[in-house]
Amino acid sequence: MNINLTLIGQSVAFVVFVWFCMKLVWPPIVTALNDRKTKIADGLAAAEEGQQAKAKAQEHAQQVTGEAKEQAQEIIRRAEKREAEMVEEAKGSARTEGDRILNAARGEIDKEANMAREALRTQVAALAVTGASKILSREVDADAHAKMLDELITEL
Amino acid sequence: MASSEALTTTGYIKHHLQNLTFGQHADGTWGIAHSAAEAKAMGFWAIHLDTMFWSMLLGALFIWVFRRAAVRASVGTPSGLLNFVEWVVEFVDDNVRSSFSHKNDLVAPLALTLFVWVLLMNTMDLVPVDWLPEIAKLMGIEYMKVVPTTDPNATFGMALGVFVLTLFYSIKVKGIGGFAAELTMQPFQAKSPILKVLFLPANFFLEFVSLISKPISLSLRLFGNLFAGEMIFILIALLFSGGAVLAVAGGVLQWAWAVFHILIVLLQAFIFMTLTIVYLEMAHSHH
Repeated sequence: MNINLTLIGQSVAFVVFVWFCMKLVWPPIVTALNDRKTKIADGLAAAEEGQQAKAKAQEHAQQVTGEAKEQAQEIIRRAEKREAEMVEEAKGSARTEGDRILNAARGEIDKEANMAREALRTQVAALAVTGASKILSREVDADAHAKMLDELITEL
Repeated sequence: MASSEALTTTGYIKHHLQNLTFGQHADGTWGIAHSAAEAKAMGFWAIHLDTMFWSMLLGALFIWVFRRAAVRASVGTPSGLLNFVEWVVEFVDDNVRSSFSHKNDLVAPLALTLFVWVLLMNTMDLVPVDWLPEIAKLMGIEYMKVVPTTDPNATFGMALGVFVLTLFYSIKVKGIGGFAAELTMQPFQAKSPILKVLFLPANFFLEFVSLISKPISLSLRLFGNLFAGEMIFILIALLFSGGAVLAVAGGVLQWAWAVFHILIVLLQAFIFMTLTIVYLEMAHSHH
């Protein structure tokens, strides 16, 4: 319990240990701690940034998908419209063609009927003339009564 | 348990409180004191080998462990020892930051050294009081006081170091004039020069006492707490020689006191560190 040289010895030891601590212990640990803090902060910032970028990308992707869907809808809609148009067109042209064919056929039929009627009329006239000449023999002169016969033919 | 003194209660206690002192005997030869009286007779030019040995061993342990961690310290994930060391360093760093507001690269390492070193020295108190002295006795060493902080030399030595640093930074930051003014121009302040001169002796007396009381209270607080703790351990240890019942009671008491003493061990180390930081903060700031 006496105060003696130990006091000085302890002071010297104290100074030496503090010096060691200051030179060899404190700086590397504190530097490492600070560096780690910076690294963690950077990492967190990067993560934050990444998340933001991801959200942005998702938004963009959604937008693009939406646009694509809309475009697809538009295309389908147009195609359907076009289909309907084409069907209508086809229907129209078919109807015209049908009408045309029908008309042509009718014309043909009329023509045939007229021709047949003409032939029939001629034959009837000839038959009438022949019959009449046979019945009348003499009285009827073909040339003299040609005019009358023609009138007869037109009346038929 | 005691050797040269008789195996009495007083002898046992005295033996435990005696440092292993090396110095000059009355007959002029140098050597180890074989009794308390001889150690006292050696005067100032003697050294406590046990205090020096244990404090330097523990200080070296501190430097070694922390240096190992410092070498391994990296930006990556810490583990094991490094984790613990970083925890201690951050604890000290936080304390320094909260009480010390100036730029000084010395204060934080100083606080760390004091905290861990004092804590290690205090922790020696938890080793049962007879173990290490008995081992020393087997090795032929008569006295062995294993807790350096129960030696006022150790606590005064550290407080002296802190005191010198306080004076150094006071003068460095404020200049000799500023420091002298701080010692003489307060707490009684006056505008006129005559009053200032009149107040000077009283001011100087008050400030000087408060200046000197800092290292003394710093060291005596630590010494007193640890010495008292050690004393109680010694008194409890006396129970072991008083029969089975007392020995069991002693065992329980020793355990209980050790558990409580953990608090004191830690608290005193913390207080020593905090007060050192506060004194240095006061040395750096102008009043």
